[in-house]
Amino acid sequence: MTSWIEVGSFSDVPKRGSRLVSTPQGDIAIFKTADDRIFALWDKCPHKGGPLSQGIVHGNSVTCPLHNWVIGLESGLVKGPDQGCARKVKCKVENGLVLIEAAALLQQVA
Amino acid sequence: MMKQKLVIIGNGMAPGRMLEHLLELAPDQYDVVIFNAEPRVNYDRIMLSPVLSGEKTFEQIVIHGDGWYIKHGITLYKGCKIKTIDRAAKTVTSETGIVESYDKLVIATGSVPFIIPVPGNNLAGVLSYRDLDDVTAMMIAAKSKGNAVVIGGGLLGLEAAAGLAEQGMKVTVIHIMPTLMERQLDPAAGHLLKKAVEERGITVLNGANTKAIIGEKKVEAVELADGTLIPADVVVMAVGIRPNTALGKDCGLEIKRGIVVDDQMHTSDPDVFALGECAEHNGMVYGLVAPLYEMAGILAKTLVAEPAAYKGSVTATKLKVTGINLYSAGDFSEAADREEIVLRDASRGIYKRLVIKENRIIGVVMYGDTGDGPWFFDKLKKAEDISEDREMLIFGQSYAGGVPLDPMAAVAALTPDAEICGCNGVCKGKITDAIAAKGLRSIDDVRAHTKASASCGSCTGLVEKLLVLSLGDGYKPNAVQPMCGCTDLGHADVRRLIVAKPLKSIPQLMQELEWKTSCGCAKCRPALNYYMIAEWPGGYVDDNQSRFINERVHANIQKDGTYSVVPRMWGGMTSAKELRAIADVADKFAIPAVKVTGGQRIDLLGVKKEDLPAVWSDLNAAGMVSGAAYAKGLRTVKTCVGSDWCRFGTQDSTGLGIRLEKFMWGSWTPAKVKLAVSGCPRNCAEATCKDIGVICVDSGFDIHFAGAAGLDIKGTEVLGHVDSEDEAVEVIAALTQLYREQGHYLERIYKWAKRVGLDSIKEKIMVDTEKRRAYFERFKCAQTFLQVDPWEERVNGKDAHEFAAMRSFPQLMAAE
Repeated sequence: MTSWIEVGSFSDVPKRGSRLVSTPQGDIAIFKTADDRIFALWDKCPHKGGPLSQGIVHGNSVTCPLHNWVIGLESGLVKGPDQGCARKVKCKVENGLVLIEAAALLQQVA
Repeated sequence: MMKQKLVIIGNGMAPGRMLEHLLELAPDQYDVVIFNAEPRVNYDRIMLSPVLSGEKTFEQIVIHGDGWYIKHGITLYKGCKIKTIDRAAKTVTSETGIVESYDKLVIATGSVPFIIPVPGNNLAGVLSYRDLDDVTAMMIAAKSKGNAVVIGGGLLGLEAAAGLAEQGMKVTVIHIMPTLMERQLDPAAGHLLKKAVEERGITVLNGANTKAIIGEKKVEAVELADGTLIPADVVVMAVGIRPNTALGKDCGLEIKRGIVVDDQMHTSDPDVFALGECAEHNGMVYGLVAPLYEMAGILAKTLVAEPAAYKGSVTATKLKVTGINLYSAGDFSEAADREEIVLRDASRGIYKRLVIKENRIIGVVMYGDTGDGPWFFDKLKKAEDISEDREMLIFGQSYAGGVPLDPMAAVAALTPDAEICGCNGVCKGKITDAIAAKGLRSIDDVRAHTKASASCGSCTGLVEKLLVLSLGDGYKPNAVQPMCGCTDLGHADVRRLIVAKPLKSIPQLMQELEWKTSCGCAKCRPALNYYMIAEWPGGYVDDNQSRFINERVHANIQKDGTYSVVPRMWGGMTSAKELRAIADVADKFAIPAVKVTGGQRIDLLGVKKEDLPAVWSDLNAAGMVSGAAYAKGLRTVKTCVGSDWCRFGTQDSTGLGIRLEKFMWGSWTPAKVKLAVSGCPRNCAEATCKDIGVICVDSGFDIHFAGAAGLDIKGTEVLGHVDSEDEAVEVIAALTQLYREQGHYLERIYKWAKRVGLDSIKEKIMVDTEKRRAYFERFKCAQTFLQVDPWEERVNGKDAHEFAAMRSFPQLMAAE
C-alpha cells in the first residue's frame, strides 16, 4: 500500500508550470500540464542536474532550462537522441489537493 | 503462416535501407529484431561532417526515429552489443545476456576505425571518426579552441579537419602520402585540394609519419618520425577503416578481408547474411554508401526469395566540405594503354581530367567545377564510345554537340536513365515519374518517395532543377525552414499571419495555423509570445509560462540553479550610494561572487531564488532597477566619458548613452540588443562591434549597426550620419522598431540585416524620413506599456508563487 502525503492545493500549481516541494533530500518538482494533469519528478535533470521545475512545460514534457534536454513528465525519460531518466515521484490529486508518495520523504537507510 | 524471425546485428545505414525495401516487398513475412551497439536510432552517417561543422543538428540527420520502429513492429535494442552467435542453435546472445533465436540472421556490423599502432594511441583525447559519440567528443574538445591534429588526409580526415577548424580549433593534418586523398585524386588535384585546405587555416603536412602520441594522462602532442612535436589537445585518427568481422569469425564463417558473401549476400552459412561495410563481395569491400544501398536492395529480395544478384559497384566520391568542390570516379592511374584529356584553369582553380581507354571514359577527376561529374560518370558506367565528341568532351555537357546550354537545359537534356543521386542510385526518369505520378511538390517530397538527395545531399541542385522542369511555377524553391517541429510554417510566415488574420493570442494562433502539438514546445512558445508582444502593444497579455526561466523570474539562471542579478547602471555611470547598496546586499544575502561585467555594470552571482525579491527590494530602495541582463531586449548602453572629461571627446557621449538607455529600457526585441556610444573615433566604448553603435564626431553622430562580438565577430555597418542628438535618438529607436517588427526570434541584428539587406534598412530609416518617423512613433507607443520595472512589480507580490516552495519538509520521516 502506498501511503500519501499532502503537499498543497491543486490550484497552487500554475498551468504549464510547476511548484517546488523542498525536502532535506532535495527538491521535488510538481508539474501541471495544459490539460490539468499533475506529475512529480525529483528536480534534477539527468544531464547536468539542472532544475527541471524552472523549465518550459509543453505537452507532457518539460524542457530543462540549462541545456534544453526534453524530459517526459509521465516517465521521467529523456526524449530525443539523448539518454537518461529523471527520478519519478508518484503523485495524485484528491479533493483539490496534491498528494505525493510518502516514501519520497522517508529516511534513505543504507 | 507462421512468421519467420529475422535478427539483424547492427543498425547503420545499410540494414536501415534493407528494412525499407523488405517492408515494401513483404511487410508481414518477418518478425524483425535489431541489436544496435550504439544507443540510438538509425541516422545518416554521411552527414556527420555537417554536424561537426555546425551546419546540421543530430535531429536533422535521423533517418528512422523511434516512431518508425514502433509503427513497423520492429524490436530495436539500443546500446546492446551482440557477444556471440551460435549457428547450431540459431541464436545470438548479447553482452547483457539477452538471447534471441533466428530463422535468418543478418550481420551488418560495419567497420572499425584503424588505429595506428604507435605509443600513446590509447591516451584520453585520441578519437576516431565513425559515429555520433566521436562527433560529440570532438565538439566538446573544440570548445577549448586549442590545437587539433588529424592523422590521415583522406576523405574522412579532411572532413574532420574542416569541421574542427570551423569550430575554431587550430588544425594540423598529418598525411603519410605525398598528396592528399591519393586514393581518389591524382597528384595535381591533390595539390589544388591542399591549397584550398590551407586557405582555411589548416596546416597540411604531407609525407609525415607519426611516431608517437605524447601525453601524461591525456594527449598533449604528436611526435613525428623526424622528431617534430606538434601540440595537440585532441587527436583524430582517420587513417582508414577495416571490416568488422569479429562476430563472423568467432562463429566460423568464411572470412577474408571481410565476411565473404555471394551475389545473393549469403555467407558460408545459407541462413546467415552479411551486409554493408563488413561484407566482402568478389574480393571487394566497400566503404561508400551507394554500393551498400545496392547490397541492401539485393538482400531484401533474397530474403523474400525473389531472384536478384549483386554485381559489384563502381563508385564516385565527393568531399563534403562546404566551399571545396571535388569529384572523382573510376580508375585514374596512369598506364600505357590509357590516354587522358586535361583542362586546367589556374586562375579559377579548376582542374578536370578524364582518363580514356579504347575511346571510353574509365576515370574522372574534377576539382573546382564538378557540375559535369554525374554526366561523365554516366558515360563511364555505360562505357559509352566518346570518339565523336572527343574534342569538346572535357568542356562538359554544355558544349556537347557544339551548342552551349544553360544549366536548366543541360538537366532537361539528360536521358531518363542518367543517374542523379549517386548515393541511392536514383536516375532522372524515376524522379520525374514520381513527381508526375504522386504529385510531388518539394525536395522533401522527392526525398521521401525516391530517396534522391536524401543521403549526402550534394545532388539537391539537380533534383531542384528536375522539380522546376516538371512543375514550372508550381515549384517554390525557397521552401522555408519551419519554426520547429510543431508547424511547417517559418518565422516570416507566422509573423505575417499574426498581422494578416489577425491572431491575438497563442492558443488562437495554434488553432488557426494548425499547430501539430497541443501547446507548442520550448522553441516556438517563447517566439510566439514575443511576436504577440511586438505586434499588439498594450493589447496582449504576456504569457509567463511561455517565457524562458530567465525572463520569467528576471534574473539569470546559473549552472547550479542559483541566479545572478544585474541592476542597471545608466550608460555605465554609478555612484557611491549605488555601490554602497550593492555592497550591503552582497553582505546581507551572503552573495558569493560580485563581478564587473563587460557591459559596464555589476553582476551579483549565486543568489538563491527565494532571496531574489528581497535582493531586488533593497536595490530598488537605492534607486536601481532591473538591468534586463537576462532579456531578449535592451541590455547595456556602454559609453566613454566623452566631452565631459576626455581631452579628445567631441560630444557628450555619456549623456547620449544615458538618454538612449532611459528611452529604450524595457523594450523586448527578437534577440538581445547591446548599444555603445563613443565620444570620438578612437572608439573607447567599442561601438563598432555592437548591435547598434554611435561614434561621435565634430560634425555630429555616425550611427553604426549590425556588429557582433560573440559567436561571430563582425564590425558594424554604417547606417548614416546625423547632426543632432535628437536625430540620433530617433534613428536608433526607429531602427530598433524595424528590427522588432521584422526580426525572427533569436535572430540578432546583424543576422536580420544580412537576411533583409542593408539597403532595405537604410532606405526605411535614413532615406524616407516619414517612414522613420512612423517607426519611431510606434517604438515610443510600445514603450509606454513596457517601461515597468519587473523587480518592483515582484517586490510588490507579482508571481509570488515563482519564488516560494509550495511546501517544505525540514525533516525526513524515519523509515519503519
